[in-house]
Amino acid sequence: MLLIPCPWCGPRDEPEFVFGGEPAVRPIPASEVSDETCATYLYARSNEKGFHRELWCHSGGCGQWFLLERDTLTHVIHRSLKPGEPA
Amino acid sequence: MHDTPMRYSAFQLFKQGLAGHTGWGKAWRSPEPQPAYDAVIVGGGGHGLAAAYYLARNHGLKRVALLEKGWIGGGNTGRNTTIVRSNYFFPESAAIYDFALRLYEGLSQDLDYNIMLSQRGMIMLAHTEHDMETMARSVNAMQINGIDVELLDAAQVRDEVPLLNFGPDARYEIHGGFTQRRAGVARHDAVAWGYARAASALGVDIIQGCEVTGFEIADNRVHAVQTTRGRIAAGVVGLAAAGHSGVLAGMAGFKLPIQSYALQAMVSEPIKPVLDTVVMSTATGMYVSQSDKGELVFGAGLDLYPSYAQRGNLPVERDVVAGMLEMFPSFRRLKLLRAWAGLVDVCWDYSPIIGPTPIDGLFINCGWGTGGFKAIPAGGWMLAYLLATGEHHPISAPFDLSRFTTGRLIDEAAGAGIAH
Repeated sequence: MLLIPCPWCGPRDEPEFVFGGEPAVRPIPASEVSDETCATYLYARSNEKGFHRELWCHSGGCGQWFLLERDTLTHVIHRSLKPGEPA
Repeated sequence: MHDTPMRYSAFQLFKQGLAGHTGWGKAWRSPEPQPAYDAVIVGGGGHGLAAAYYLARNHGLKRVALLEKGWIGGGNTGRNTTIVRSNYFFPESAAIYDFALRLYEGLSQDLDYNIMLSQRGMIMLAHTEHDMETMARSVNAMQINGIDVELLDAAQVRDEVPLLNFGPDARYEIHGGFTQRRAGVARHDAVAWGYARAASALGVDIIQGCEVTGFEIADNRVHAVQTTRGRIAAGVVGLAAAGHSGVLAGMAGFKLPIQSYALQAMVSEPIKPVLDTVVMSTATGMYVSQSDKGELVFGAGLDLYPSYAQRGNLPVERDVVAGMLEMFPSFRRLKLLRAWAGLVDVCWDYSPIIGPTPIDGLFINCGWGTGGFKAIPAGGWMLAYLLATGEHHPISAPFDLSRFTTGRLIDEAAGAGIAH
């Protein structure tokens, strides 16, 4: 069981959260974005083994999104950050 | 050690028995890596081993190496729940999965190695009338694809699997289901060992304990792989590394539309034969079969966050066990013997990626996600075809990496509605 530190609610059990993917910036304007760039944004993932920055949502709690720094091999959680909080 | 492996036969068993079973040769050679090969395959699971075998057998390549960072069949091939079937919704999927199943049907003879294929059928359950309507539509599509599936009503399901929960308090009432009678299970280790032995006999160098640490790429073409056992020059390179495909792609400088997850499976203590088919339910998110040893082998959904840990977490395990006990109340007193997880490479459309990569001479077979075991013979066949010819086999063409740019996804996540 992961114990995930919600930046607002504190540590809570894994089932309260939903994994939301790797952070990415949507390429705009859509009319000028190539198919390749759009496909990369939509589908390509770094899928890192080890240190990983990822978005989570505390869907079963406060409902807020936040950034989590976690190790995908050891499942060690380093820290969580509120949106806009300096990294 | 024998240079050419002995054929396995009743006569050989008798002869070796008289000699106290001291004369059996090793199943495959363990040579030192050569400095150069015509083709190098990365990943010694089922798909990589099958690719190596078909490269030698179908295409006559002599200088082939298979590199495995751990040991043969030590990854997902030894961790899956051994189910083979081809009940897929889209024609492209039906073509490749049924090709795999047909190869499985002749594999023991082909490899001279008993893979213990048991075509005991599988049953997918429907729990509502809406499930039944959707299932009837899927069954029609599969039948048009040439797959031998049949729709079953509740009485037929009860007749086939009387242990299922048909009680008045069943949380997931059973309204029917469908079956594929040619589906079943095969011994997963034997598939790996059989391909390894047959490939080795055809001259493939199987090199275990050899981890790829990088690729030598010049003018956008791969020329060699760097490994923990030195540099190995390669004419072409094939990747068949499942959950670690993204790591290898990263070494070669590109990204894949893949996320790696831990998929759990578990077995109960062994009991007498009670279940003679494979039962699946998307509502409870689980599937179960009984092994020849008597253990109930069952699984599981994904732990839905990226993971390279070959273990799962308790919430999913609890859900799976709860789902099985809801479906089979009589299993309530069984003890759980083992639980584990494999690293699965899940694509967004739940279909595999087979084909060239952005690097010339580098080909990939990955993205089988939670269902790679059933596809081993076909995945190997297709990767071998690509490595030998540089071109797609007609069956693998729809699974090219380009589908994520063109939008021609093969959406089995929604299409087949199956427990992955």
